[in-house]
Amino acid sequence: MDPTVIAHIGIILVVFVSLLLSAAAMVWIERKVAAVIQQRFGPTRTGFAGLLQPIADVVKLFFKEELRPRAADPFLFNLAPVIAVAAAFVAFAAVPFGAETTFFGLLDRPIALGVSDMNVAVLVIFGTASLGVYGIVLAGWASNSKYSLLGALRSSAQMISYELSYGMSLASVVLLAGTLSLRGIVDAQAGTWLGFIPKWFLFLQPFGFAIYAISGIAETNRAPFDFPEAEQELVAGYHTEYSSMRFGMFFMAEYINMVTVSAVATNLFLGGWHGPFLPEWLGGGWVLAKGLFLLFTYVWIRWTLPRYRYDQLMQFGWKFLLPAATLNLLVTAAGVIYFGY
Amino acid sequence: MTPIGHYLILSAILFAIGTAGVFFRRNLITILLSIEIMLNAVNLTFVAFGRQIGAVDGQVIVFFVMTVAAAEAAVGLAIVIALFRHRESLNPEAFTSLKW
Amino acid sequence: MLFYVFGGLAIVSALGVIGQRNPIYSVLALVLMFASLAGLYVVLDAPFTAVTQIIIYAGAIMVLFLFVVMLLNNPLEGHSPYDRSHPLRRTAAGRMGGVLAVMLVAELAWGLSRMVGAGAPVAGDVAAGAVVSSVREIGVKIFTDYRFAFEATSILILVAMIGAVVLARREEATR
Repeated sequence: MDPTVIAHIGIILVVFVSLLLSAAAMVWIERKVAAVIQQRFGPTRTGFAGLLQPIADVVKLFFKEELRPRAADPFLFNLAPVIAVAAAFVAFAAVPFGAETTFFGLLDRPIALGVSDMNVAVLVIFGTASLGVYGIVLAGWASNSKYSLLGALRSSAQMISYELSYGMSLASVVLLAGTLSLRGIVDAQAGTWLGFIPKWFLFLQPFGFAIYAISGIAETNRAPFDFPEAEQELVAGYHTEYSSMRFGMFFMAEYINMVTVSAVATNLFLGGWHGPFLPEWLGGGWVLAKGLFLLFTYVWIRWTLPRYRYDQLMQFGWKFLLPAATLNLLVTAAGVIYFGY
Repeated sequence: MTPIGHYLILSAILFAIGTAGVFFRRNLITILLSIEIMLNAVNLTFVAFGRQIGAVDGQVIVFFVMTVAAAEAAVGLAIVIALFRHRESLNPEAFTSLKW
Repeated sequence: MLFYVFGGLAIVSALGVIGQRNPIYSVLALVLMFASLAGLYVVLDAPFTAVTQIIIYAGAIMVLFLFVVMLLNNPLEGHSPYDRSHPLRRTAAGRMGGVLAVMLVAELAWGLSRMVGAGAPVAGDVAAGAVVSSVREIGVKIFTDYRFAFEATSILILVAMIGAVVLARREEATR
């Protein structure tokens, strides 16, 4: 077979397995960081420093009983976690993580490190974020329970409200880079000013980054915007009636969404795989480092800030964040025209 | 490549299915869904012809059609909600007060 | 070849939309139809339209439909609660509509078979393809030739938003 095809299949497998492993790693990171913030130890008994804790969690989930409420719609009840996980994985198909490489000359033509290189990649990310809403809405409806339905409706209303400011911050970055392709946006951030300040869009768009980060946290239903799944309020929101591996799929979908938001933020604002010491095609290491830092920040924010009440959260999204994002877009447009970036 | 006639036939079939849905179904929401099918069939025709003449005008018009469809769906659903509040029914045959 | 796959899927899901009893299944079948049409747009070298279709139709409008169906919670249409007949078998007016739909398709097929250019392939040369699929081209066209439509559409959306909020608002409890 053509070695390029083999390389492509290899990249796809690597991305898929890495996403699965990252969900597991996030379980460990979350519990350890939460423990450090709360001045306790966290998992220490399962393996060295609790590193086998994710495996213990997965095994526990496997052995639980698969329940389905009798009045639940069986087709939709089974379909909802599948949609949630599928949307989470598909979003990563548009994210690049390295420059072009020939793998030390094994291939005749260089291939770009990423599942695909679409020239509308930014919109695909946005589109799959919209599709993730279906998993939640259908889960809430199919469970045929009032907590689930309320949680699902609140959660999906929150997600579609924050999609607007998410899209506006994406649009500001696209204005700066002049292309919708994520690979093009990363390549627009190569190089440095004055020799040591990297040309990241973070420095050109600090408010854009803040708006993107806040919208990303709200999109993935994480604290401080996790009212719809808060235990004290709604039992567990849309995944109340789910157990065992179906719950595991929702769990995994949430963590993979976090990873996607962090990876996209790395590519959009933090320069992707461009970094000082490594060669370009090993830049996946830089993506990993920057992404890990953003994920750590995600967990840090969750265990530091209190939760927003639902109406406060919706007001914040519509009355503050959306005007701020629009203003950011206008100022960016004016700047691009004036300075001719 | 597939001939343009095939795209037009597909679009016609989808439009016909949408029309049949509007005639057959007695549920206001499903009628609105059938209208969306019709609009999408028209979008397909626009994009196919735009591709054939090699201009982006087809896609531009589709962009506007999508926006109009979104606005119409929103207002249509608001009307359905308001009607439902009055008669507790989504059957168009329940709203026959103006009939002689 | 991809055309037949996506086209077949579109027809099957459209039939699913009008044939399902439960409106939630109709909405999901329509989302499937939108996805297959997006695939067709990609085959037609229109990736921007394909992604915009997913974002606007499948991501926003259909979620709105789902919300309304869930909130109204009127699961099955029927002349009576015990009417178990399938919705497509009921009305005589519907059968007329079905006949008209079939006639529409037959007439178009007949007209196309007489047309000269119907056999012309859709995909022209690659150079034309490069012009067509660029987002920059679409943007330029929207903001120069179609700028009036753009402005009018923005006012339309504003009016639709206000209208939807006003129409769906519960009356104030002043009585």
